[in-house]
Amino acid sequence: MSPNHTRPSGPIVIDIENITKEYVMGEEVVRALRGVTLQIRRNEYIAIMGPSGSGKSTLMNMLGCLDTPSSGRYEFNGKNVAEMDDDELAAVRNREIGFVFQTFNLLPRSTSLRNVELPLIYAGIEPERRMERAMQVLRDVGLGDRVHHKPNELSGGQRQRVAIARALVNGPSIILADEPTGNLDSKTGEEIMELFEHLYRRGNTIILVTHERDIAAHARRTVHLRDGIIEMDHAGFIPEIDVPIEATPVRSR
Amino acid sequence: MKRLLYELSESWKIAAAQMRSNLTRSTLTALGVIIGIIAVTLMGTAVNGISIGFDKSMAVLGDDVLYVTQWPWKPVDDWWNYRDRKKIKTEYAETLNRMIAATPNSNLIIAVPTSNLMRSVKYGGNQVDNVFVLGTTSDFTVTSTIECTAGRFFNDLESRGGANVVMIGYDVADALFPSDSPLDKSVLINGQLFKVVGVNKRQGTFLGLFSWDSMVALPLAAFNKYFSAKTESDVRVKVKDKTRLGDAKDELIGLMRRVRGLPPEKKDDFSINEQQAFKSTLDPVKNSIAIAGLFITGLSLFVGAIGIMNITFVSVKERTKEIGTRKALGARRRTILLQFLIESTALCLFGGFIGLVFAYLMCFGIGQAFPSFPIHFSVGLVIVSMIVSVLTGLFSGFAPAWTASRLDPVTALRYE
Repeated sequence: MSPNHTRPSGPIVIDIENITKEYVMGEEVVRALRGVTLQIRRNEYIAIMGPSGSGKSTLMNMLGCLDTPSSGRYEFNGKNVAEMDDDELAAVRNREIGFVFQTFNLLPRSTSLRNVELPLIYAGIEPERRMERAMQVLRDVGLGDRVHHKPNELSGGQRQRVAIARALVNGPSIILADEPTGNLDSKTGEEIMELFEHLYRRGNTIILVTHERDIAAHARRTVHLRDGIIEMDHAGFIPEIDVPIEATPVRSR
Repeated sequence: MKRLLYELSESWKIAAAQMRSNLTRSTLTALGVIIGIIAVTLMGTAVNGISIGFDKSMAVLGDDVLYVTQWPWKPVDDWWNYRDRKKIKTEYAETLNRMIAATPNSNLIIAVPTSNLMRSVKYGGNQVDNVFVLGTTSDFTVTSTIECTAGRFFNDLESRGGANVVMIGYDVADALFPSDSPLDKSVLINGQLFKVVGVNKRQGTFLGLFSWDSMVALPLAAFNKYFSAKTESDVRVKVKDKTRLGDAKDELIGLMRRVRGLPPEKKDDFSINEQQAFKSTLDPVKNSIAIAGLFITGLSLFVGAIGIMNITFVSVKERTKEIGTRKALGARRRTILLQFLIESTALCLFGGFIGLVFAYLMCFGIGQAFPSFPIHFSVGLVIVSMIVSVLTGLFSGFAPAWTASRLDPVTALRYE
């Protein structure tokens, strides 16, 4: 662990120990993760960075409970995720994780309100409370006047706000954002990052997965992945972009 | 439980939205089911109609009447054993009636003789060929329900006296007297004039089975007087209690053996028949028509179902990413399975409903154009075809929906 930063002292939400993931692609066995150990506490703002093929996406899928590790331990709020079946994983995704995707992934024929309501339907919330809650979250992200618009009637930034509202609506333990500004121009991207900052200040736990340094710069902690292992894990963001990462290897393990 | 309910209502909304946004595709796909349901429903109405027609024809025979005949009403392999039997004579009826009267607590009420042959009936320039001419007594009204649209059946007096009177069937009356009333007119049968005293109510014909519509009835005494040619005769016996038909049959066999003077070691040389015997030979025919018809039309519905299955597979493929998103947001396998099952079911229900409307209109049209065509639309049929539509939807949606529910969320999300 990097000694030169102070971690938030909240309870541990994500506790990963030495997880690996192997895929069989045709004849070949791909070792996407080769032993990753990571702890994320409540109200952290963490960026996961790494070049493509670094295992970044695989780690994100793992964190998001979309996939289970081949070996190792993964505890989410003290519960062992590696042993959960499909429906239990679905329940964790529904209640504990708010996904924000690069391509927004809104249902094209549904209004903002219906899109935001969707996780509440899967959670079994009754219609009145569903509507009330969805409206409130939409107002929180600044879309109180766009609730009955369909995605194609909204700008890219507004769509991503709807997606963020959808991620927030069930009051998740973490928000997992995968390249949230990747499909937006830089100005709109900045606005979205401001929204994340705002959410962080309000006490949310945010995990950003990105390969863009200036996006990652918003986070309070950065984890660099390379070849399936954590290469660096440090507080804040190291601004000297030109320093080769290999020059100061701080292995987490 | 509540959650399932919300998921269901959500799925219906999605299905409706999906159908609306892919209207052309949905309609074309539903067309297969529409045609299938039309075919099955029309066949159903026809099968229904055939069944009703059979029963109606059977009703003519009466379920509380035993028929004493030379030949049994069922196919026989050893026809030579029956060929040489003595003919049934109309006089047996009188003998039987005396015996019945002498038997205390008899299960039989009355025996009525009938003779028949085919003749032409003429009036003026009109002629009807191959009319079933029945000679009987006025007691005939006891064994068979006779309803006249005009006039009456011949009475006891005319019956005993062998008067030249006749009651004619509806079709005969219609052919001979297209415009005016047949009552009190004299028709020519076998060179003899008979005065029309009554016209039987229309019964309708079916598959050439026996119907009152194409017959005439006249007193047996007159019949015997004028028709010397070979006639078929039998005796009908009305039973007191149709729930004890077996007892009545045994009793009648005993009486007939006495009439024929058969010693105990000899077999019966006559047959006692009832409606049921006739029914049991016709029922397999009826059933095979129904099964074959429904099977063939069922194939067209099956083709429709494959269309739905295909389009649901396409829909799953197209919306792979959406499925991935839904899974990421917490949709369980069951949720996805239900969603696509409901989509295919909604499509089938939609098709089934439209098909049913078409089928109803077609039935109505056929009924108007060809009143004699046996077709019968019923509420039961509506319910059955709706159930069939739902089952078709579930059947055709299951494989694609199952595939969708099993999709790996990571793969689905990455799908472009």
